[in-house]
Amino acid sequence: MSEDIQSGLAEILEEVAGVAPADATPEKSFTEDLDVDSLSMVEIATAVEDKFGVAIPDDELANIKTVGDAISYIQKNRG
Amino acid sequence: MSTSNGDVVVTGLGATTPLGGDVASTWEALLAGRSGVSRITDDWVADFPAQLVARLADDPTAQLDRVRARRLDRSQQVAVIAAEQAWRDSGAAEAGVAPERVAVVFGTGIGGALTLLGQDDVLEQKGPKRVSPFTIPMLMPNGPSAAVGLAIGAKGGVHAPVSACASGAEAIRWGLDLLRLDRADVVLVGGAEACVHPLPMAGFAAMRAMSTRNDEPERASRPFDKARDGFVLGEGAGALVLERADAARARGAQVHARLAGAGGTADGYDLVAPHPEGEGAGRAIAAAVRDAGLAPADIGHVNAHATSTPVGDTAEAAAIRDTIGEHVLVTATKSQTGHLLGAAGALESVFTVLALRDQLVPATANLDDPDDDAAVQALDIVRREPRRASFSAAVNDSFGFGGHNIALVFTTA
Repeated sequence: MSEDIQSGLAEILEEVAGVAPADATPEKSFTEDLDVDSLSMVEIATAVEDKFGVAIPDDELANIKTVGDAISYIQKNRG
Repeated sequence: MSTSNGDVVVTGLGATTPLGGDVASTWEALLAGRSGVSRITDDWVADFPAQLVARLADDPTAQLDRVRARRLDRSQQVAVIAAEQAWRDSGAAEAGVAPERVAVVFGTGIGGALTLLGQDDVLEQKGPKRVSPFTIPMLMPNGPSAAVGLAIGAKGGVHAPVSACASGAEAIRWGLDLLRLDRADVVLVGGAEACVHPLPMAGFAAMRAMSTRNDEPERASRPFDKARDGFVLGEGAGALVLERADAARARGAQVHARLAGAGGTADGYDLVAPHPEGEGAGRAIAAAVRDAGLAPADIGHVNAHATSTPVGDTAEAAAIRDTIGEHVLVTATKSQTGHLLGAAGALESVFTVLALRDQLVPATANLDDPDDDAAVQALDIVRREPRRASFSAAVNDSFGFGGHNIALVFTTA
């Protein structure tokens, strides 16, 4: 369910980068809208792997620009 | 001329220490004779010969935004807290000082040891992919300085002297130089340390440098006392804002004191042992007094480095007696704060400024029975209770492993 993923991702964003859960909506860009820097993106990727069992290689991470991108990536790659 | 361009003043003070979360509470606790030292109760300490520590009075993570705190090593957290206090106290931000003319000099002795060692545990237990991407910016020795620079928006240069337990004092000397050379208009200087962890504790204990008076924590740090047996590791930070006197006056800033001079030398003697007669220390003190345009007789008070180690205290006593004289009122505030390593010189400079302001010399706690050493006996070391006195100039000296010696002269505003 993409809603489960969205809320799980919102929890990670709040913990790592202090993003309010209500702001973690699919159209938001991590860097432009949510002020998440590149080191925090690495932490988020690690937390996503722990939470959803989905590894995000660096070249894939570079293509994840928005919360929606992350949700679809997790959806597609979850076992 | 006291209004010359080279005249530098202190316009802001900040601190977070084992005695209090800010300057006022720390100074009050110091004058009241309270101790910041306690015994560690964690399981890991059981096999340790030295089990004492001077922990911060206020948890730094409670004073910082959660996300900000998790990206800062504890040494950076305390640096930012003390620096922001000093910055607010100075009013420089409201005065609209150009960021390009604001510099930071902030030292540390050990740096981000908690991050280094904590992430090493992660590496061993979970592998390289789990190591935090913030590891390097949190452990680098310029980390506290860089964090302070970002916190106050300094763009005129951010520097990080590293000279063990002289780092905080060395930062103040660099700040004085930057202002005298007109490389900045305002310099935020200080030192930070937070390395209470089994490894540094074991390392210092292996050097036989730490007190093992585990059953009497508050009595363990006893500079100049016959029964002293080593230092107590402390954590915290001190910060000062320095500006040229004419500029400070022009913007109507409060002036806590003048930073009148500084001196620095190296022992060239041993990597860790101080020269037994404090030769290099004495040269640093003499140079600072000369730099301030003063004579030894003008110095009324010394806040000594005096860490409570057997050899260090007597070497320093000799240096003070031989360069300044027997008239000076000496105190050793590490008897209550513990030894803040790279933050010590900054915190003790804050104390020196406050002693000048209040014309009051804090007492050296636990000095029950002064050492038989001739220099210790010759000096007037304030003990039992703070002493009121009239003095217009005071010295703070600091020494570090490596043979680093720094002395600073402050005078009344």
